[in-house]
Amino acid sequence: MTFQEFWTVDLWPLIWIVIKILCVVIPLMGAVAYISLYQRKIMAVMQLRKGPNVIGPWGLAQPLADGLKLIVKEWVIPAVADKPVFLIAPMLSFVLMLTAWAVIPFGAGLTVSNINLGVLFIFAISGLDVYGIVLAGWASNSRYAFLGGLRTTAQMISYEVSMGMIMASLLIFTGSLNLSMIVVTQQHIWFIIPFFPLAIMFFICILAETSRHPFDLPEAESELVAGYNVEYSGVLFALFQMGEYGNTILMSAVFATLFLGGWLPIFDIAPLNWIPGPLWLIAKTAVVVFVIYWLQATLPRFRYDQLMRLGWKVFLPLSLAIFIILAFIAHYNLNLVPHIMIG
Amino acid sequence: MNITKFLKSLFLLEILTGMKTSFKLIFRTRSTINYPYEKMPLSTRFRGEHALRRYDNGEERCIGCKLCEATCPAQAITIKIAERTADSTRRTTKYEIDCLKCIYCGLCEEACPVDAIVLGPNFEFSKETRNELIYDKEKLLDNGDRWEPVLALKQRSEAPYR
Repeated sequence: MTFQEFWTVDLWPLIWIVIKILCVVIPLMGAVAYISLYQRKIMAVMQLRKGPNVIGPWGLAQPLADGLKLIVKEWVIPAVADKPVFLIAPMLSFVLMLTAWAVIPFGAGLTVSNINLGVLFIFAISGLDVYGIVLAGWASNSRYAFLGGLRTTAQMISYEVSMGMIMASLLIFTGSLNLSMIVVTQQHIWFIIPFFPLAIMFFICILAETSRHPFDLPEAESELVAGYNVEYSGVLFALFQMGEYGNTILMSAVFATLFLGGWLPIFDIAPLNWIPGPLWLIAKTAVVVFVIYWLQATLPRFRYDQLMRLGWKVFLPLSLAIFIILAFIAHYNLNLVPHIMIG
Repeated sequence: MNITKFLKSLFLLEILTGMKTSFKLIFRTRSTINYPYEKMPLSTRFRGEHALRRYDNGEERCIGCKLCEATCPAQAITIKIAERTADSTRRTTKYEIDCLKCIYCGLCEEACPVDAIVLGPNFEFSKETRNELIYDKEKLLDNGDRWEPVLALKQRSEAPYR
């Protein structure tokens, strides 16, 4: 094999993939750092406070200071902890969060990997995400962490079921599991308009899935101190936090892709379609994240049985009913919603 | 099930009302201030760090009557007295306030017949060790000298109510 062949067949594709990954991961790390400030600022303005404003102009250096603090802090590994699992758990939750970004389309053809099963991939990764938390809860060998881990498992499994039904209802109409295709299907009308109830349900499922308010039971401070990450400190804790914030952004981006038309502009007219696709996706994600933190500033936490009742007795039947109705509509080709192609 | 209640929960009406409320709060004026850079105004009756005052000629006011020590509910004050040889007046040789015991009730201030011990306006006197918070006479007199303008004002404005 000549060097020429080696370069074009093996090396260059590899380098190209690494470049693409870095293009996603580096801005993502910035976003994960700054979303903590975004959250704190939103919470502050809604609670009549000022929020962090001392470090840097308007507190803009606050995430860097927080990160530095966590990096230089000592790692405390409890003596009774299962050491390897204890170390693997935060890495797992962080790496899985990064992995899922591979299929998010930032623009026409702008994805790390444009696979045909994008929706299923996201679904699979968010299912695996539970492991990071369960393992952390188990390996810490602490009651608080253990309870937090168990709660998360039950919560994520319950809401993933109805989340799956909601996604399936959408897929009847898109006829494709490819996220880029789903975005292109929304060219005429964003799915949030014809499928508004589905969008709201999906949003609530996102809250439960990423354990945001009002479903942040895994880390209910008042009962569980901090839930599954109570024994973690330093960089390991930072990995969990980054995984959690990253997941919030990820699921918001998925919501933006499925319901808010991903990289598409609001109207396909002159000044709006000059703005590049990735910026549209970022703007839409920021709006969804804002709503998540808005809810965090508004609602008290659900009780655990209320959470389970909502998941199994309300969301599951409702999403199944909607799924069946939409399937009927699609099967008999009742094109109630104009401009959507039925696959 | 009550039908209105059902519809309310189905359309998330109460949650939307809550979200409206919290959204409106964004535009309200903040109820907090930038504390170390901005401070709230203090009442002249504020009871902060202790100070021992002097007369205008530099003579210390305290006559060692021990009324403050007697009235102190937390027993934070320790006084020792001796006769001063120069003019045979009674003076304290030791005047200690344990700020860790003190409950800032202001009874010492009220008991003092010569307005010597007062609680000043300073509330930012955290220290790193416990020993630093056991104030001796020198520290208290020093505080008195530092805050004298404010303390004199306080004495004047509170005089009618004494």
